[in-house]
Amino acid sequence: MCLAIPGKVIEVNYPVATVEFKGARREVRIDLLEDVKPGDFVLVHVGFAIQKVEEKEAKQIEEVLSQFVGV
Amino acid sequence: MRAKELAELIEKEAKGEEEIRLMHLCGTHEDTITKYALRSFLPENVKLLSGPGCPVCITPDVDLQKVFHLIEKRDDIVLTTFGDMARVPYMGKSLLSFRGKRDIRIVYSIFDAVKIAKKGKKVVHFGIGFETTMPSTALAILDKPENFYVFSSHRYFIPAMDYLLSLGDLKIDGLINPGHVSTIVGVKAYEPLVKKYKIPQVIAGFEPLDVLTAIFILVKIIKAIRSGEKPENLLFNEYKRAVSYEGNIKAQKIMSYVFDRDNWEWRGLGVIPNSGAIIKDNHAEFDACKVFEDVFEDFEPKIDPKKKACRCGDVLRGLITPEKCPLFMKSCTPKDPVGPCMVSYEGTCSIWAKYGGYRI
Repeated sequence: MCLAIPGKVIEVNYPVATVEFKGARREVRIDLLEDVKPGDFVLVHVGFAIQKVEEKEAKQIEEVLSQFVGV
Repeated sequence: MRAKELAELIEKEAKGEEEIRLMHLCGTHEDTITKYALRSFLPENVKLLSGPGCPVCITPDVDLQKVFHLIEKRDDIVLTTFGDMARVPYMGKSLLSFRGKRDIRIVYSIFDAVKIAKKGKKVVHFGIGFETTMPSTALAILDKPENFYVFSSHRYFIPAMDYLLSLGDLKIDGLINPGHVSTIVGVKAYEPLVKKYKIPQVIAGFEPLDVLTAIFILVKIIKAIRSGEKPENLLFNEYKRAVSYEGNIKAQKIMSYVFDRDNWEWRGLGVIPNSGAIIKDNHAEFDACKVFEDVFEDFEPKIDPKKKACRCGDVLRGLITPEKCPLFMKSCTPKDPVGPCMVSYEGTCSIWAKYGGYRI
């Protein structure tokens, strides 16, 4: 239910944007966010973009981990 | 860092410790954990319990019974909801079983429901979900669509965490907080809980490495607490790529315009103070419970006898694992589910049935 999938914003026609998910495109409401631009990555839940996300996901996990592991 | 290395770090950290009891609070976390057999990566003394993180599962039968009651009495309504909810049985029926007699439609988004209303049909949307989903319902209502009504079964998750921790019977040492609820409510929403219960919490993403990282952080802090240290910080955000300290402020505001808080029942947990997202009076024209008030005048809640032996409530509280339920994979299967935990793709029973159960 709380599943959210990241997608890439292709076109913005406020309050709706076309977002691409691994090749599939869907219209998504973007008015829960400020300043969404083509090229942004957004987390989409039930047809709504709920947050912008960074592309470099794995790197961020490493960053979090490095605080706790003595490296 | 690979999962195996992380598992070794967890094992090293947990060595010699008394049992460490962790609970996650999101069905999508259970999916990651079971799909990738993450429990098998953990040492014997680290237990990972599954909590009430499935909106379909925690929706009590009385809500479903009310929706049945509404569509039985009114044949001019199109009822929309999300897929899993339409399959939850009550008294041997589900919303899908009304098809043929009533117009029941599964939607991906509430805006698909609004589109149907725009064509001139009266639509009631059975809205379920936690803070992740509530802003979309609020936004749909603020658009003031005609012929569109919401039966709100939305529930706030943070009060449920508070309630669960206040019970204290599970002896939880640490929590893995739901990533996408956190996207909306932010890190700050958990600060009062950390202050009140002094139980460490880590907001985690949904990849196997996210979950293992959260477990590692928790084990490390719990170990420090047990050795008499007083760690300054007990709340961590592992899911930084999607969760900020403040959360989605715009979504929080939109939610607060539309919803108030009420004391509502949760399956398995009973009535939780301030957990119900009731539609505010100034939006009463979109509240199906108010607009169709007369329909509910003769409503009487009834207990479904078929669920007598179903232990979905205990699974949701983390008191038992699915295979301890006498019905699991006997009379309750994904094909013929008895309780919602076997229906929803976020239900622990459904996930264990799909991937096979593992030790907790």
